[in-house]
Amino acid sequence: MRWRRLWVALLLLPSLGGCSGIQTSLGGDGADGASFIRLFTIFLVVCGIMYLLVVAALAVAIGRRRDGGRRALTVDNGSHHESSPLVRSALVGWGALIAVGLIALTIASFFTDRSAAARARHSSFAVKIIANQWWWDVIYTTPDSSKIVHTANELHLPVGVEAEVELQSNDVIHSFWVPNLAGKQDLIPGRTTDIQLLPTRTGLYRAQCAEFCGTQHANMALVVTVESKADFLNWIAQQRRPAFAPASPLELAGYRYVTTRECSSCHNITGTPAGGQIGPDLTHLASRRTLAAGTLPMNRGNLYGWVADPQSQKPGSQMPTIGLAPNDLHAVVAYLERLK
Amino acid sequence: MSRPPKRPAGEKPQIVRDGPDLTGPELADRLDATWARPRGLIGWLATVDHKEIGIRYIVTALAFLALGGLMALHMRLQLMFPDSQWLGAGAFNETFTMHGTTMMFLFAVPVMQGVQIYLTPIMVGTRAMAFPRLTAFSYYMYLFGGLFLWTAHFLHFGPDNGWFSYVPLAGPQYGIGKRADVWAQTVTFTEIAGLAVAVTLVVTILKQRAPGMTLARMPIFVWATLVTSLMVIFSMPSVALVSGMLLSDRLVGTQFFNPVEHGDPLLWQHLFWFFGHPEVYIIFLPATGFVSEIVSTFSRRAIFGYPVVVLSLVSTGILAFGLWVHHMFATGLPRVGYSFYTAASMAVSIPTGLQIFCWIATIWEGRPRLQVPMLYVIGFIITFVIGGLSGVIIAAVPLDLQLHDTYFIVAHFHYVLIGGAVFPLLGAITYWYPKFTGRMMSERLGRIGFWTIFLGFQLAFFPMHFAGLMGMPRRVYTYPAGMGLELPNMLSSIGSAVVAVAVLMFVVNMLASLRAGVAAGPDPWDAPSLEWAVASPPPHYNFAHIPAVESRTPLWEAKDGLPVVHGLRVDERELILTSVISAAPDLREPSAVPSIWPFISAVAVAVTFICSVFSPWALLFGLIPAGAALIAWFWPKTPGPSPEPQIT
Amino acid sequence: MSGQIHFTEDLSALPDHAFSYRSLTWWGVIGFMVIEGTGFGLAIAAYFVLMSHELHWAPPPLDPPGLVAGTLFTLVMLLSEIPNTMIKRAANESDLPAVRRLMIVMVGIGAVLLVIRGFEFNSLHVLWYSNAYGSIIWALLLLHTTHVGTDWVDTVVLAALMHTEHGETPRRFVDTDENALYWRFVWLCWIPIYLLIYWVPRMFR
Repeated sequence: MRWRRLWVALLLLPSLGGCSGIQTSLGGDGADGASFIRLFTIFLVVCGIMYLLVVAALAVAIGRRRDGGRRALTVDNGSHHESSPLVRSALVGWGALIAVGLIALTIASFFTDRSAAARARHSSFAVKIIANQWWWDVIYTTPDSSKIVHTANELHLPVGVEAEVELQSNDVIHSFWVPNLAGKQDLIPGRTTDIQLLPTRTGLYRAQCAEFCGTQHANMALVVTVESKADFLNWIAQQRRPAFAPASPLELAGYRYVTTRECSSCHNITGTPAGGQIGPDLTHLASRRTLAAGTLPMNRGNLYGWVADPQSQKPGSQMPTIGLAPNDLHAVVAYLERLK
Repeated sequence: MSRPPKRPAGEKPQIVRDGPDLTGPELADRLDATWARPRGLIGWLATVDHKEIGIRYIVTALAFLALGGLMALHMRLQLMFPDSQWLGAGAFNETFTMHGTTMMFLFAVPVMQGVQIYLTPIMVGTRAMAFPRLTAFSYYMYLFGGLFLWTAHFLHFGPDNGWFSYVPLAGPQYGIGKRADVWAQTVTFTEIAGLAVAVTLVVTILKQRAPGMTLARMPIFVWATLVTSLMVIFSMPSVALVSGMLLSDRLVGTQFFNPVEHGDPLLWQHLFWFFGHPEVYIIFLPATGFVSEIVSTFSRRAIFGYPVVVLSLVSTGILAFGLWVHHMFATGLPRVGYSFYTAASMAVSIPTGLQIFCWIATIWEGRPRLQVPMLYVIGFIITFVIGGLSGVIIAAVPLDLQLHDTYFIVAHFHYVLIGGAVFPLLGAITYWYPKFTGRMMSERLGRIGFWTIFLGFQLAFFPMHFAGLMGMPRRVYTYPAGMGLELPNMLSSIGSAVVAVAVLMFVVNMLASLRAGVAAGPDPWDAPSLEWAVASPPPHYNFAHIPAVESRTPLWEAKDGLPVVHGLRVDERELILTSVISAAPDLREPSAVPSIWPFISAVAVAVTFICSVFSPWALLFGLIPAGAALIAWFWPKTPGPSPEPQIT
Repeated sequence: MSGQIHFTEDLSALPDHAFSYRSLTWWGVIGFMVIEGTGFGLAIAAYFVLMSHELHWAPPPLDPPGLVAGTLFTLVMLLSEIPNTMIKRAANESDLPAVRRLMIVMVGIGAVLLVIRGFEFNSLHVLWYSNAYGSIIWALLLLHTTHVGTDWVDTVVLAALMHTEHGETPRRFVDTDENALYWRFVWLCWIPIYLLIYWVPRMFR
């Protein structure tokens, strides 16, 4: 274990500028992520050796002395078509070495693949992610439809439990990638793909869309929270509750605006008349860490900025800038902050 | 356009042939008169001289390199700092699309074809390409396609969905406006040009080699050209078909890629990458041809392992068609199928590894001279092998699933494309510059330029491996602070500026040496192949007498005079056709005279294609002028008073 | 040429035109056949990719294309190989009167085929924009129609050419031979496409 940490540290050396490791293939915080580091190391070592051999041979070829018994075979002495049998044998040896190296690497890759496939057969619970331009719809499905949880741009997973994540897209091709835990998988309209995540360490990780999907592809992130089983069950239970009712006159005014005006045509808030299915579910918006799929951290100022003028924060996004009157804006933000 | 001189009526025309009776300066004058083209603008537009067309290809491609490079600098400026808002999302997406599309379609393949067009006839010992007017037509199609793309970009309706234009993003529902149509039609232009040149090159190589130049005696660069051109013929139809299907979905409502109507977005990816993977070898293999020629000349010996090198080229060309799914490992296709593509992607590195051995062995057994072309070869080996090995890494599915669509991939392909194609190209331009222009490039400026681009390249692209491993996806206009991506991005941006300076230095060297370079004779490097037997720059007719070839290194065996055949007509354009394998002389073939119809046809076809982006009816109406121009092109002119046929 | 030379063979007696693989343009025609054949092959691959997404092909409630026009086209096309072979032989024997006669026949046959092709489009029982099945069979038919159309124009131009004094130039017989060769490619390509458009949609319902 320790030598792997050292190796990872060496690889991360160039990133001296403050690496927090929440979105890195070198995190190894999930089963697949860890096997990636192992396999990558094997490949790096073998490829590194081959590279050094090539460069060393090149250096010697240029610099070697050409006198006496080691004369050059050139046009100057008419031997430009000759070659030494030693070099010819070396060619065969080199070809064999490359072939053996590649076969070894292919076998290593095959075994990694097989163990990932074997793990995939043991998933215990299911999540569905539907990608949109430019946000993630995350659905915790259960047979009991009253207990389905819809959230957006965040994923909670219990540590040590294999999750089966079903992936779909509503519009164009996206790609779901949480590098700390596993490789990526595309979300393709018209078909369903899947990925298995087995987190092994609790923590906060960042996922990002990894297939160019249009203007705001760069701003389509997702926060992955890996927590203990107990914490996860708490969170799910809390997400299953309907939205908190407004508790002050300002929040009430906001509630009225949101459920009767433009917002409700796109957004759903469970337990209120707002039932739009086009945009992210807002039922527990204020419990999330970011806004607009990772574009902005969740805080009051950003809520104001986003609600007032989403097009200036994320130009081209599907949420229009409505131009709320200042009183309405205060009220809406106050209500949204209530949706913990 | 060059008509034989008028004779008094009744006099039987004399057929003048080259030979012991007609040789030297007198022959040169008469051949000049026959093979020259008219002066002035019409003559310039009507040229069929492969050397002129080759230079035009190269110059135009370098101009597109500059434009594509400018796009890269814009991207690097934007990515220098995290959370930068200098270049917004929309503008950045146009920028990386133009960068990729320009580099892949308007620079990399055309520049290689341009050098092939220039060199192939003089390397195989003939006077012209097999289809000279078709070659001219191809150039104009390429030029018009590039102008169309860039005009659209400057007018703010250029493409913005990446050089690969995935659907449904580029489809009728999400690809708003005409941007994706511009992209698809640009591809049509460049693919027509590329295919026409490929056919011409294959036929030239198979049928017009000098007597005695059997397949086993061809220069390696000619083999590379043959293999690449065959690859073009089998791969470019795929992208032409799929871009046509995209245009059709967008303009007339077909449903090829629409999942709602049982179309398939992955069909796009299959057809695109079936072209896209061979495409990168189409760019790389000619570069390996450059390397073989340069290594041979600068080690003063024939290439080691000629049969191995040839078989490597052929097997790489074939294997390249079996790899395309490795671009689709993340799309959820059956994992069992993926294993085949992993194995094939690994296997394709074996022939290249053997070629590398042969080059190093040639240097080992020869006496290397480290002049600028050889420096680029060394830079190529050091750099390309890194890219090849990162390719082996991503051939493994579990590794690719992390690294796909990250900056690790960007690092990989720039290492193989710049290290593997651009470095040899710069070496090749330096090497053949005296042949093209009659002057040497500055050795001193060349050295400085080499080290600048070599070191600048490493600075720009090596950190990208880390950025990818540390979680930076591709095609993002910015990235958040605090993820450790600041340092690699800053280094890359600085490196890109250094590369830009180096490219500028190279261009300055090219331009300044035109006037101030040391004058060069026919063979300044003491090289073995036939192109070094003609003057620098070569006359229009290339060879006063077609050479006969007896070895792989004809000039190194010709110390007591180059063997030549004779008996060709002098007052008509004529060359020799030989048999395909053993190059035995077979026919005397007339060669096309300059003609304006390739240019006019290209204009008619270009107008048709451009208008069809806006209305499909243009295709129907445009057929008429295009068809008329093509008929005028092929319609033979009234033959002049000559007893033997000409192509006029 | 610079430097010393010494003369070997005298090639002045070599002929200046020949047929088949000895002709430069023959290789050009083969090259374009390979390109177009590859294009067809890939379009056929696309057909099978799209077919793999359907349980039934032609997808219900669509009927497969009507057989009459397509089969008539196929018959006329296969029969056209008879005058085509005659033209090829006449060209190889430099028989100008025969070539002139037969070229008119080929022009007529081509025109008839294009008319039948129009009826074929009309009897596909699906439009190109209805679904992916419709798109791909229209695409295959259209690609082949482009073939027939361009070869027909080629044949018209060549027929006109052979009726002028250019017809007496020996190289024009090589052109005629190669035009006949290309016609063979056009109907050979048709056979798999005919099966894919008219018969495969009947086999998987």
